[in-house]
Amino acid sequence: MQVELQDIHKFFGPVKANAGISLQFEGSKVYGLLGENGAGKSTLMKILSGYQPADRGQIILDSKPTYFVSPANALTQGIGMVYQDPLDIPPLRVIDNYLLAKDKKLILNYQAAKKEMKDLLSKYNFDVDPDYLIESLSLGQRQQLELVRLLSGGAELLILDEPTTGISAEQKEVLFDSIRRLAYDEGKTVILVSHKLDEVQELCDYAYVLRQGKLVGGIKVPCPNERLVEMMFGQIPVREVRPDHELGKTVLELKNLSIETPRLTVQNINLEVKSGEVFGLAGLEGSGQKLLLQACAGLLRPSQGNLLLQDEEITNWSYHHRQQAGVAYLAAGRLEEGLVAGLSITEHIVLAQPKHDFLVDWRAARDITTERIKTYQIVGRPDSTADQLSGGNQQRLLFSLLNSPLKLLLLEHPTRGLDIRSTDWIWGLLNERRKDGTAILFMSADLDEVIERSDRIAVLSGGVMSRIVNAKETTVDELGHLIGGQA
Amino acid sequence: MSDELIRQLASILLQSSPLIIAVSGETITERVGVINLSVDGTMMMAAMTGFVVGLKTDSLLYGFLAAAIVGAIMALLVAFGSFRLKQNQVAIGFVLTLLGDDLSAFLGQNYTRIPGPVVKHLPIPVLKDIPIIGPIFFNQDLVVYFAIVLIFLTWWYLNRTQPGLHLRSVGERPEASFARGINVNRLRYIYTIVGGGLIGIAGAAYSLDVKLGWSDGHTRGLGWIALAIVIFGGWSPVRGALGAILFGATKALATVLQRTFPEVSVVAFNSIPWLLMIFVLLTVGSEFTERLILLMPKPMRGPMSRALRVSPPMALGTTFENE
Repeated sequence: MQVELQDIHKFFGPVKANAGISLQFEGSKVYGLLGENGAGKSTLMKILSGYQPADRGQIILDSKPTYFVSPANALTQGIGMVYQDPLDIPPLRVIDNYLLAKDKKLILNYQAAKKEMKDLLSKYNFDVDPDYLIESLSLGQRQQLELVRLLSGGAELLILDEPTTGISAEQKEVLFDSIRRLAYDEGKTVILVSHKLDEVQELCDYAYVLRQGKLVGGIKVPCPNERLVEMMFGQIPVREVRPDHELGKTVLELKNLSIETPRLTVQNINLEVKSGEVFGLAGLEGSGQKLLLQACAGLLRPSQGNLLLQDEEITNWSYHHRQQAGVAYLAAGRLEEGLVAGLSITEHIVLAQPKHDFLVDWRAARDITTERIKTYQIVGRPDSTADQLSGGNQQRLLFSLLNSPLKLLLLEHPTRGLDIRSTDWIWGLLNERRKDGTAILFMSADLDEVIERSDRIAVLSGGVMSRIVNAKETTVDELGHLIGGQA
Repeated sequence: MSDELIRQLASILLQSSPLIIAVSGETITERVGVINLSVDGTMMMAAMTGFVVGLKTDSLLYGFLAAAIVGAIMALLVAFGSFRLKQNQVAIGFVLTLLGDDLSAFLGQNYTRIPGPVVKHLPIPVLKDIPIIGPIFFNQDLVVYFAIVLIFLTWWYLNRTQPGLHLRSVGERPEASFARGINVNRLRYIYTIVGGGLIGIAGAAYSLDVKLGWSDGHTRGLGWIALAIVIFGGWSPVRGALGAILFGATKALATVLQRTFPEVSVVAFNSIPWLLMIFVLLTVGSEFTERLILLMPKPMRGPMSRALRVSPPMALGTTFENE
């Protein structure tokens, strides 16, 4: 199938998400769609997959102009998209999710559907039990299901939005194999939306690069990485070299720490994080990293073991007690756990002040806010509410709310969803904290980030911690093995 | 089994039937993601309307039909206010409850405490002669049969049919349903209205059958019980019906205890059903249950957790707008 996008425009208020983008896709090819955050990739793909209409411009399928009223409508015309957060129904069983809106028959035929699904799954070497609940599956498995569902719905062009974020190395291999097979054996078109250049280089035939809502150009890949980076950013951003740093005394010590939850038990964790050290936790989503961070923050009570902060026993301290003692925790859900959607930046700053008076001095608060907005380069006004900010700016706001000095900083996915520039900026900030002697314990799904930014690394697999490795001496490959539970 | 016990069980089933119907209606509504909090007021309006229309037309059918229409209209108000006018679902439902209470008292003031039509006893031949089961389940009237069929029909529709799957998906994650080509708000209108109609029928089932006649505040409080039982039943039609029957049984038990211990205040026994309900609401799906599950032997944990851990439809009470 040949797909052409002509002069696509999409505005959100004053923001030009897409400003006249024209692209072409052919069958039997894998395309990469690159661009930093806010470049307009997601908007464009949502338009192509029927999730939202364009304000102006045309979609042409096999030289016939067409338009989509819904994603389901787009699928009947051969276009399907797998979202980063798959659009499935978590409380349903796999088979129900597969059958949902698949046909117009009154009674669900489970037996036939199970067989059909099994055949499709095994064709692409996927493995999911049809009776499991979607919510008990890994992200990679949910992706596989979406892929299979779209294929059974007749998709000829498949869009995958950041498909490798949060899935295991093994699942990634399976996914890439199936993508190659879809394109080269079955003649389908695959579009990979990604910010991971290595993956685009490895998998794609051709890459389109977007910047600020416009198409910068297309390029045959593989090609030198610098070329892609230059297209994405207009120039090659200078990579900050990670400063070496003298480590101080132990700040955080975990002794035989165990945490029990109905889903997962984290067992016997022993580790120390020193002043000025960055300690990375790797592992698949739901392997216990988050539980560990929450236990350190005082949000979860460990079932066994001890927590020490600068040699002081804090196992039974509450979250607020630890906060006052200089422990800070930044959760991954920025709007869910970190910020209050309807409150302005100024109101957030007021809430984050260490001292609360009965009456708020709004004038002083506004001054502090203006200053923080400047220091933390937040794109927004003091009275912008948190939900009006972009993801990167929400993260900046979160960091601007941290008090100084801190003894221990706990971070869950500190740079998830951020582009290279914002990521570098965040880590610059963290390195500053490090100089002040703050110990940093963080988790990330991005192995490159873990290796590049940490001093030492531990991997969690099913609640069990691996040996601790030195970041300078390890490789993605070694961590990949540890993630799989191998010693 | 003694005849007395069988009679008692048959009576519990009859007493619980209107509640079963109301619980089914509200379960359908909530499974599609809408909270219709007006149940109590709706049932009173429907009980009054059903009684008056039944009396005036001398037709039970018209009585029930009118009650269903009243229920559907009340539900439509909740749906329209919430989806179209973007107002708070819970607030609308709550005010409708208050309205239904007083409006039914006003409109029905000339019809209080007078005899009216009664749903006739209708034993099913052959089946009624089966020992034990016969007299309990098949020596009843149409309201009871309707309630029993409704339990299984609702379960079957939700779990075995494509439209039922649509319904569930809309209550859990409307964005995903929309992506599959499902018209989220249309389904929500339809099932909120259907649910309201059932709640209306439940109201008339009181005034025309289980609690005959009309008086001011005739079914007051029963709507709230239905709402609690929906949660108690974990949003499942079958468990909801069991909850309704259990509630009826504890009420019957209270009556028996009252007769046995005449010296204890009546009020003490009347609170038994509530004690049971608050206990279940506090424990089911809580941290306590999680711990209880962890204490069990490994192979038991899976099924037990499925049975005890309940969670509301993920999108319950939210509104949906496609971008």
